[in-house]
Amino acid sequence: MEHRQTAVMELSTRAGQTMGQDTRAALELRDVHKQFGGVCAVDGISLVVEPGEIVAFLGPNGAGKTTTIDMMLGLARPDSGSVAVFGGTPASAIARGRVSAVLQSGGLLHDMSVAETVRLTASLFADPRPVAEVLDRAGILDLADRRVGKCSGGQQQRLRFAMALLPEPDLLVLDEPTTGIDVQGRRDFWAAIRGDAPGGPAVVFATHYLDEADAYADRIVMLAGGRIVADGTPAQIKDLASGRVVTATLPGASEAGLAAVEGVDAVQLRGDRVILNTRDGDAVARYLLSSTSAADVQVCSPSLEDAFIALTRASQGHQRAASPGRAR
Amino acid sequence: MNTSLAGLLHRVRKVPRLGGLSLTFLGLELRRTLRNRSTIFFTLMMPPIFFLIFGTAAHYRTTTVGRGNATAYILVSMAVYGAMLATTSGGAMVAVERALGWSRQLALTPLRPLTYIALKMLVAMTLGLLAVLVVFAVGAGSGAQMDGIVWVESALMAWAGSAVFAAFGLFMGYLLPSENLMQVLGPVLALLAFAGGLFIPLSGGLFATVAAFTPAYGLASIARAPLTGDGLTVRAAANLLIWCAIFTGGAAALFRRDTRRT
Repeated sequence: MEHRQTAVMELSTRAGQTMGQDTRAALELRDVHKQFGGVCAVDGISLVVEPGEIVAFLGPNGAGKTTTIDMMLGLARPDSGSVAVFGGTPASAIARGRVSAVLQSGGLLHDMSVAETVRLTASLFADPRPVAEVLDRAGILDLADRRVGKCSGGQQQRLRFAMALLPEPDLLVLDEPTTGIDVQGRRDFWAAIRGDAPGGPAVVFATHYLDEADAYADRIVMLAGGRIVADGTPAQIKDLASGRVVTATLPGASEAGLAAVEGVDAVQLRGDRVILNTRDGDAVARYLLSSTSAADVQVCSPSLEDAFIALTRASQGHQRAASPGRAR
Repeated sequence: MNTSLAGLLHRVRKVPRLGGLSLTFLGLELRRTLRNRSTIFFTLMMPPIFFLIFGTAAHYRTTTVGRGNATAYILVSMAVYGAMLATTSGGAMVAVERALGWSRQLALTPLRPLTYIALKMLVAMTLGLLAVLVVFAVGAGSGAQMDGIVWVESALMAWAGSAVFAAFGLFMGYLLPSENLMQVLGPVLALLAFAGGLFIPLSGGLFATVAAFTPAYGLASIARAPLTGDGLTVRAAANLLIWCAIFTGGAAALFRRDTRRT
């Protein structure tokens, strides 16, 4: 509480500057591109995350999630486009403790104890939270004296989380934070993050788990092939799954021809099998049966996973068509 | 109140002083280093044991060398050897930390890369100081004799000169990021110790000619100068300065490659 009061006093002298900061987005990516040795990892991502917003990055491996996160944190530099964290560079946001992160690649020193690791990290920040407090929030207060090398993968992940809580960040970036943590642990983890909402940090997290994105995010951004293929509330994303999937056997089908059919949102071809995502399954089935030689027509409800697969496939197909030589 | 105020006002965010360097940081790093049993054995125990084995024979105690006895000469040699091992292993810690991905974890904190290097050098030099002090303490109790001021001068020279090996360890740490770097460097340091005449006096021939150009030889020369009364030679000083420039320059170049954002 004391530092808040100090903050008030300091604010009165630099109110203008700080007011300006308050209106800024937590994160703003503008048309960000990144290639690695000719392979395009991120292919034009633009995104604004508001303070306090919880955003899930959902996508398969190779979708560009980790590269995008690295660029948000200044660990990688975009080939083109810009990244701003609270209106400044990622480095200055890190130096001031406004952004912190839990990454998959960050290693820990095995010969230190859990508490020592957090104390060391705390010593690097200007105004950190108390060590015991972050250990408690991460649920590892009872492991304080354990050697890091003796901790399980899940416990090490909680330790990384405790370290990320130290600066009391305004933006928390998490790359697959609950990998290796069981279901109960995952619940506790998210309870710890959302603990002091409202007024909690903005959170951007990458995940493979659709249910995790659905349960904890205000907004889901679906990535595939280095692009954003969908961006909306979990409800809107689920609407993508609210139509029907129509499958049929149709030799020699034309992808473009089917995509042009009224009501068809996405087309996949697998050999002679066509898979169509649509809002109106009856109409598409009727069309297939009456106007084509399609056989074995099935209409079913897609899961969110199906919608996800359809969207990401569609994007990858688009990309393959655009540049046939590209390895993906 | 906490929450409501936080909702209304943002904290004024500060950047840490000294780029993140603090006594807490240094203390934790030292504790961690001194917890490593092989570091303790090789850098703090082996050199004084070698001294006791090689340097304390009766005739060494009675043989005069410059402003002390032969036991003191071997004492200084072993202090140099200990300082070499200690500072190299201190600098080489960056290899382990890079191999484990800890440097990447540190990149998420306000710690500046150059502060990190400064800290590693401080840890290396502290370890070097401990190594010198241990050998000198054992020597003082085991028959080494030097004029009073020579004790201080030769300890200071052995310690300060070992900075060249801290730079060497750092350079190797950036060159070979491996958890087992010291296992590679141990034999290299032993060979260098022979080149510095730390175990047996150099007796001419090709090895002695080549040895004179090694950093261990330069370090041994300046550390023995107060005892032998030879004084600081330009040659020894140039040797150390040139090697220091090579290792520091090499480490700086590799460090820049390492921290360049891709």
